[in-house]
Amino acid sequence: MADLAARPPLLRVARSRLRLRPGRAGAVVAGLILLVAIVGSLLAPLLWPLDQSAVALDQTRMAPSWTHLAGTDDLGRDVAHRTVYGLRVSLLVGAVAALVATVLGGVVGGIAGTLGGRVDRILMRIVDTIAAMPHLLLGIFIVAMLRPSLGAVIASVGLTHWLSTARIVRSELLSLRTRPFIDAAISGGAGRFRVLTRHLLPHVLPRLALATTLMIPHAVWHETALSFLGLGLPPHLASLGNMINDGQGSLLTGAWWASLAPGAVIVVVTLAIAVLAARWRDRLDPRVRAELHL
Amino acid sequence: MTSAQHLLADEVSVSYGRQVVLDGVTLRIGRGETVGLRGPSGCGKSTLVRVLALLHRPDRGRVSIDGTAVDAVRYAVPVALRTRVAALFQSPRAAADPRLSLTDLIAEPLRATRTPESAVRERVAELADLVGLTADLRSRRPHAVSDGQLQRACLARALVHRPDYLLCDEATAMLDASTQAHVAAVIRDYQRTQRAGVLVITHDQTLLDRWTDRIVDLAATARARA
Repeated sequence: MADLAARPPLLRVARSRLRLRPGRAGAVVAGLILLVAIVGSLLAPLLWPLDQSAVALDQTRMAPSWTHLAGTDDLGRDVAHRTVYGLRVSLLVGAVAALVATVLGGVVGGIAGTLGGRVDRILMRIVDTIAAMPHLLLGIFIVAMLRPSLGAVIASVGLTHWLSTARIVRSELLSLRTRPFIDAAISGGAGRFRVLTRHLLPHVLPRLALATTLMIPHAVWHETALSFLGLGLPPHLASLGNMINDGQGSLLTGAWWASLAPGAVIVVVTLAIAVLAARWRDRLDPRVRAELHL
Repeated sequence: MTSAQHLLADEVSVSYGRQVVLDGVTLRIGRGETVGLRGPSGCGKSTLVRVLALLHRPDRGRVSIDGTAVDAVRYAVPVALRTRVAALFQSPRAAADPRLSLTDLIAEPLRATRTPESAVRERVAELADLVGLTADLRSRRPHAVSDGQLQRACLARALVHRPDYLLCDEATAMLDASTQAHVAAVIRDYQRTQRAGVLVITHDQTLLDRWTDRIVDLAATARARA
């Protein structure tokens, strides 16, 4: 108590207002990073428009400076500027692909978990079969069929990442179904629909939302991986994966900065999402502590 | 028997895989009587309660309510029939939806059967008073109350539809002595005023002797098992 009282009042007020306990500081920082990333990528076309196909061949491979904060690439394009647009694409692909995967996984897992029996067995064997294939290869196969575009990348990531969600939803539903409180609800006169909407879904939805959030960083990485392999977006469009891929060639000529900014941004932003998701998971299920604590 | 007034498990057999749990068990609970059920652990007492509560379909035999045979289980049982039998389980934690406040927990069966909200509030308040839940407890959720307080809420929920039969599966085993006495007293009062049939399962012999009209030993009623 004594040392609390000795602290300057301003700091104490700030601490109590923000409730900045040590474990929370990481989450606050992660939240701020994410906020800047989202707002920045939403407002970028208004504040800092970019002509995706413009090149400046007289300004190639310039080191970071005040005019080009993260330097320029092989074609004289400003790396910082393109990183903002790359993040925009990555976040869009990540969020939409995670959503696609969640809806697909939620529906399949929901059907398997509520109907059970033979339907459950058939659906889960399909899931096992798909899960047995390396999902990056499956993703490459899907992009190859659809021609590189934003939609193809989203489909590729979304269609290969719903398996774990389906399993989560199914097992959650199966274990909920046998809980005595469901028996009590049935005894009390609740019908199938009421049990589903009032007792089952409210327990599953937070977990589903969490699974989606945890999938966003993974989906962002996948978009990057596909673009890096040259299978993602058309090469002139800025995406973090495209930029890291382009930067490879510059690395050999000593222009290390071309890959640095997009690489750093992808690590920092996906880490921020993961930190927030981990905190959320701890709240949801205090018995299992998340591995990630900053 | 034109109007039999009992809940009857008639020659009920249940097995899980190759494990025979109940083998031709017959148990009759008359209206207005309290039947004690005992037997060693694992002899199928809880399974018998689930069968009687129309939650588990027996492999053979049937359950009848006041002479009406019920062949369906769970959702397939007409609501009017389902709500005539209520069960109270050993663990109130498992039997309570962790998301609902105690008020909502008690009100849930009424809302499930589309009772007008004003009637719901009235009935919930009446029952919460009956089981001794103070006003500040009623708005709390299960994690913020003790086992005893939660079991009181579960008892209120079990009584909310005025069931003719109440099945108590070790319902007082996890409670402290005074809560146990209070829960037992509430059930006894309910049984007398509503002329309900009550089944009490407990390992507590003194409780059985004091509470019940007759005691059935499940091991003895079952047909000799191999």
